Amino acid sequence: MKKQIAVIGLEMHCEMKSNSKVFSSAANSYNETPNSNIQLLDMAFPGTLPVVNKKCVKDALKVSLALNCSQPEYMYFDRKNYYYPDLPKGYQITQMDSPVGVNGKIEIEVNDKLIPVLIHDVHLEEDTASLDHYFDTSTIDYNRCGVPLLELVTEPCLHSAEEAVAFINHIIQMYRYMDVSDADTKRGQVRCDVNVSIMDEDAKDFGTRVEVKNVNSISGVQDVINYEIKRQTELKEQGRYSEVEQETRRWNEETMSTIRMRSKVDAIDYKYFVEPNIPKYRITKEWLSEIKSEIPKLHLERKYNYIESLGLSSYDAGVLVKNKDISDYFEECVKIGIDAKMASNWITTSIMGYLNNEEIDIKDFYINPKRLKDLIDAINSGVISNKQAKEIFNKVLETKKEVKDFLSSDNAQISDADTLISLIDNILGNNKAQIDDYHNGKTNLFDYFVGQVMKETRGKANPVLTKEILNKKLNS
Amino acid sequence: MVDKSILEIHKALENGTITSAELVNESLNKSREVQEKYNAFVSIIADAKGTDVTDSLVSGIPFGVKDNFSTKDILTTGSSNTLNNYVPIFNATAVGKLLNAGAVITNKTVLDEFGLGGTGTTGHTGVVKNPWDITRMCAGSSAGSACAVAAGVYPFALGSDTGDSVRKPAAYCGIVGYKPTYGMISRFGLFPFASSLDTVGVLTRNVEDAAIVTDVMKGKDSHDMTTWDSSNMHLKNALTGDVKGKKLFYIKELCDINNYNNPSKELVEHLENFHKTLWLCKELGIEVSGESIDQEILNAIGSVYVVISCAEATSNLSNLTGIIYGPRSDKKNINDMMIDYRTEGFSPLIKRRLVIGSYVLQKENQERYFKNAQKLRRLIVNLMKEFFEKYDGLILPVSCGSAKLLDGSIDKVSREAMALEDHLQIGNFGGFPSITIPNGFVNDLPVGVNITGNCYDDENVLNLAYALESKMPCKNQIAKEAN
Repeated sequence: MKKQIAVIGLEMHCEMKSNSKVFSSAANSYNETPNSNIQLLDMAFPGTLPVVNKKCVKDALKVSLALNCSQPEYMYFDRKNYYYPDLPKGYQITQMDSPVGVNGKIEIEVNDKLIPVLIHDVHLEEDTASLDHYFDTSTIDYNRCGVPLLELVTEPCLHSAEEAVAFINHIIQMYRYMDVSDADTKRGQVRCDVNVSIMDEDAKDFGTRVEVKNVNSISGVQDVINYEIKRQTELKEQGRYSEVEQETRRWNEETMSTIRMRSKVDAIDYKYFVEPNIPKYRITKEWLSEIKSEIPKLHLERKYNYIESLGLSSYDAGVLVKNKDISDYFEECVKIGIDAKMASNWITTSIMGYLNNEEIDIKDFYINPKRLKDLIDAINSGVISNKQAKEIFNKVLETKKEVKDFLSSDNAQISDADTLISLIDNILGNNKAQIDDYHNGKTNLFDYFVGQVMKETRGKANPVLTKEILNKKLNS
Repeated sequence: MVDKSILEIHKALENGTITSAELVNESLNKSREVQEKYNAFVSIIADAKGTDVTDSLVSGIPFGVKDNFSTKDILTTGSSNTLNNYVPIFNATAVGKLLNAGAVITNKTVLDEFGLGGTGTTGHTGVVKNPWDITRMCAGSSAGSACAVAAGVYPFALGSDTGDSVRKPAAYCGIVGYKPTYGMISRFGLFPFASSLDTVGVLTRNVEDAAIVTDVMKGKDSHDMTTWDSSNMHLKNALTGDVKGKKLFYIKELCDINNYNNPSKELVEHLENFHKTLWLCKELGIEVSGESIDQEILNAIGSVYVVISCAEATSNLSNLTGIIYGPRSDKKNINDMMIDYRTEGFSPLIKRRLVIGSYVLQKENQERYFKNAQKLRRLIVNLMKEFFEKYDGLILPVSCGSAKLLDGSIDKVSREAMALEDHLQIGNFGGFPSITIPNGFVNDLPVGVNITGNCYDDENVLNLAYALESKMPCKNQIAKEAN
């Protein structure tokens, strides 16, 4: 059999961030108590009407622009009609005819290489209610019903699970950078439909496409793709490729396999038509350019900037851009004059360590770039050692004081040569025997003298200067 | 007293010659009588109470609400078994505004199930009879509202109009039916039939009352994106009666008796009566001209309406599954539950329309039916807008004559006459303001004439109707049962 290429397309649904739902005034926030975030429309009481949340439209357009899509002249919605208990209206308000974005293209990074991904479209729609099934009953929680969803559809242009996962992570980063979504996979905010087919390496036409619906984790996407490639390839090897049908399957996490739901022949006709309760809304050029100006520099661009202009390693740059707030913090540090590498070292070790332990956000972190600069300046000017800097770092956090409060008096490093010389003279005077032994060849006693100085100063003597003076006194 | 005009009643309330409580009582008593005779109501609000009289002209005055308007704590069925136990937790905006102004609901009126019908015979509580002749229909779907206003239960009742649901029953019952420009009154809380056509309307016994009630109900609503700001419009104040120099047109093909093969005696009289009304217009100083519209287009109106309205209805009524509200089926499986509930709950007529709606929306049929209907709708609307550049309005007779018999022994309406039955739907295609007023009698039964104008030109349209009304003896008429 010829070498096989996998062809993968993704439909990625992501819940958006907003105060209220996309068409109702109920709060859009995660709530443990079922049916507590609901308004009349969310249960489709007769006579209720959708009212579009402008913030959601704006954020959707922001994503559309960031994906380099083209935007429609008018914003409007379509109804997707089907019966299911998680859809109280009997239709979902979505965008079929005229999505917020079409024909986009972005680059993502896979194994340190950039590959292009083509975006078919991105559209704004509403989420459904959530169902729980028990032995003989099912319960419906309408909290999620009407939560804004952004659905991003790629062209079939990905070729491995690795690429697909990289793409999803890339998009999650983008959404978080633009603050349009928390993209929290643990809360089920990201869900994917995965399309997989295989084809001969040199073939022109795609193979038979299988769609796996509603995969709600990134590892799930990876497993689904690997499973389907294997399943389809094995069937092909056995000469049974005709058994691969154009069909919809679902992923069973327990058995780690996909299960047939329905074939193409039974595909649902959603009877789309334009939602008449929402008037067409003109998207002006002015509004678009205003939205565009609000898009921050995204993670990949920042990463390459850190490597190329600031001389960071690819690894460190990657760590810094993982979270926009940390990246913003780093950029502020550089802006106010901290050496980029030093800032990077402090952030990726002490600071991120602290944030992780305390589970706090860098925005709430007491040592802001200004304070970090005070600390690093003190190191650079030799006022304190690195070790002391760590201690002061902790003390500042503990006491919520300023760095300078710990540089003065007894806390500061002793870097004054005269003070150290008199101190060392004193110590040497009390250790005549050790000096003789040193001169007779016990050179490791040098460290003993250093230790004595440190003991005397409770570790505050500038170690470099101490060694320099001792060296002079003992060896000249 | 409840059979008088709003202004007369308001004056009496202010003078203290009658109280709101007495009016409500009178309206409730009349409701019971009318219910017995014509079966116009789904519910009579027996515990309705009088309110304080304020500056608002509708304060203290009883009114009726079509049972497809959501009313808080009051059973609202849409005249359907699918919602025969549904008590809403909120008021429709239009209803809420009237209640806030101090008006009092004394009953909920019968409609064709969810508004999908034009006879007043398909509600779950049975047939509504015409108060002028109980062997005849009121037309629909606002049958109960038209019946009750004609019978003098109160000066006004709410209706909704998707094709002609306010304006045709008004004609059959000898009263005024007004459908304002689309979006002038919020649809929030109105059970949807076809959202792009649905309009809140009002049934009254004179044009001024229609203006007064609409002034209270209209306005932008944050719950309905299709509403617009009409705060600079005062319909009642616009009724000057001065219409000199205004221009109306009628469609020649519909109004020329020679265009009909073997016209019935009724149609002949109806059109003669209409031409008399045109003379009255001329006496008022209105210029009236005939314009020609391609018969093909006129004949297509009904089909365009059926395709679009049924398609939207199929989707709009999809929330009716019996899961959240309505009598839930006791079937064990969710699909069986929904199927059972809808099979049991909907009447055959509505099922037929839902099947049509579903059919025209199917992928393989959409282009041929739904999209084509939309194209034709646009074409008709554009044609009308061109006319409205020259004219203040379109004037046409309503229907082929007076109220039809209930027993179904209607002569088959000819193809040309179908357009006469359907033309009011043009008003919904374009969202145009449109008003029907009574213009006399054929066979001792009332008939109506309609004036339709351009969007946002409600003041002009109402003033034309107001002036014309003053030339005819039908203003404020109460149904007298004929035999």
